[in-house]
Amino acid sequence: MADTKEMKAVLFGPVLANNPIALQVLGICSALAVTSSLKNALIMSIALTLVTAFSSFFISLIRNQIPSSVRIIVQMTIIASLVIVVDQVLQAFSYATAKELSVFVGLIITNCIVMGRAEAYAMKSPPIMSFLDGIGNGLGYSVVLLTVGFIRELFGKGTLFGVDIIPLVQDGGWYQPMGLLILPPSAFFIIGLFIWVLRTYKKDQVEAKA
Amino acid sequence: MEHYISLFVKAVFIENLALSFFLGMCTFLAVSKKVTTSIGLGVAVIVVLGISVPVNNLVYHAVLAPGSLTWLGYPDADLSFLRFLTFIGVIAALVQILEMVLDKFFPVLYNALGIFLPLITVNCAIFGAVSFMVERNYDFGESVVYGIGAGVGWALAITLLAGIREKLKYSDVPDGLRGLGITFITVGLMGLGFMSFSGISL
Repeated sequence: MADTKEMKAVLFGPVLANNPIALQVLGICSALAVTSSLKNALIMSIALTLVTAFSSFFISLIRNQIPSSVRIIVQMTIIASLVIVVDQVLQAFSYATAKELSVFVGLIITNCIVMGRAEAYAMKSPPIMSFLDGIGNGLGYSVVLLTVGFIRELFGKGTLFGVDIIPLVQDGGWYQPMGLLILPPSAFFIIGLFIWVLRTYKKDQVEAKA
Repeated sequence: MEHYISLFVKAVFIENLALSFFLGMCTFLAVSKKVTTSIGLGVAVIVVLGISVPVNNLVYHAVLAPGSLTWLGYPDADLSFLRFLTFIGVIAALVQILEMVLDKFFPVLYNALGIFLPLITVNCAIFGAVSFMVERNYDFGESVVYGIGAGVGWALAITLLAGIREKLKYSDVPDGLRGLGITFITVGLMGLGFMSFSGISL
């Protein structure tokens, strides 16, 4: 059994120090499209964290039985089954959100974070640690997603979780919403700036001059 | 015919997979450092999309869609919840077959595409395009056009980005922004550029 210190490192390391989106360039595919409102970003974060954690757990459980020549297929099958569960639950309990997220729930399957962690960590580590590693990486992803979602919804629509925060001009308030932030490209700008801030704070992540 | 042309133009420009749906971003950002490699990857994506979207369309309508098993005597069967698992299996199998066929009959092309082929299995662009095909209820003809169009759009976007990044080497970017950060912002600007197509109604 690993000691608590190591567990903590595995769990919280990926949040800022080794963020999967900002540093490892993984899983950006879905990070951008679902962040126009905080609610979608939150649901997506939860879904991804659960899928990563459980897929790492199950893959790690059977890691000594998987022949390395077919490991990708085995990992894919486990991940896809978990994603089907998530998708069915979403459709059953929150159909409107499931429609809004459209294909992006399914895209968790090909999200590089899930595959990346399965391949890089779960294949060589015991189940509990893999589970924590999955949660940690899910949290790292959630931090970026929620930050982007928060900025886009607050300044783009003046709301958070659909509740009015800043009174808009068209409702007699004072705030003129920034239309740009609703549009897809703004997510790129925000993540780009997020990386800039993160790397100013953590100098060791700065890329060398080419 | 007109319908197909407009679908093609829509898939390439207006609904560009990379720049307006952000699909295939991982490879899009990771492999776009050089124009030549980007073109190689782009061609591979066109081929795989052009085959996998129509094939998955057939599989979906013959086996998975509600009521499609009537010919087997199960008119009420609805297997559509299995679609993620099926699609990813079909894509993985197709890529594998394509790799073997290319290796056997077109070694030149195989060497050119090389490492990119297996990578494509986990490319979100392929899976995303297949999911869009199901969600929008394309028939077989439409799925062929959509698959190829989406592939061309993605290839176009990654080649353009690679061209910009090659020139970007000569610019003096602030420390924290160098590399990934500035690439994100470049892609954002390209996305804005591509949005100007969205006013076109076909």
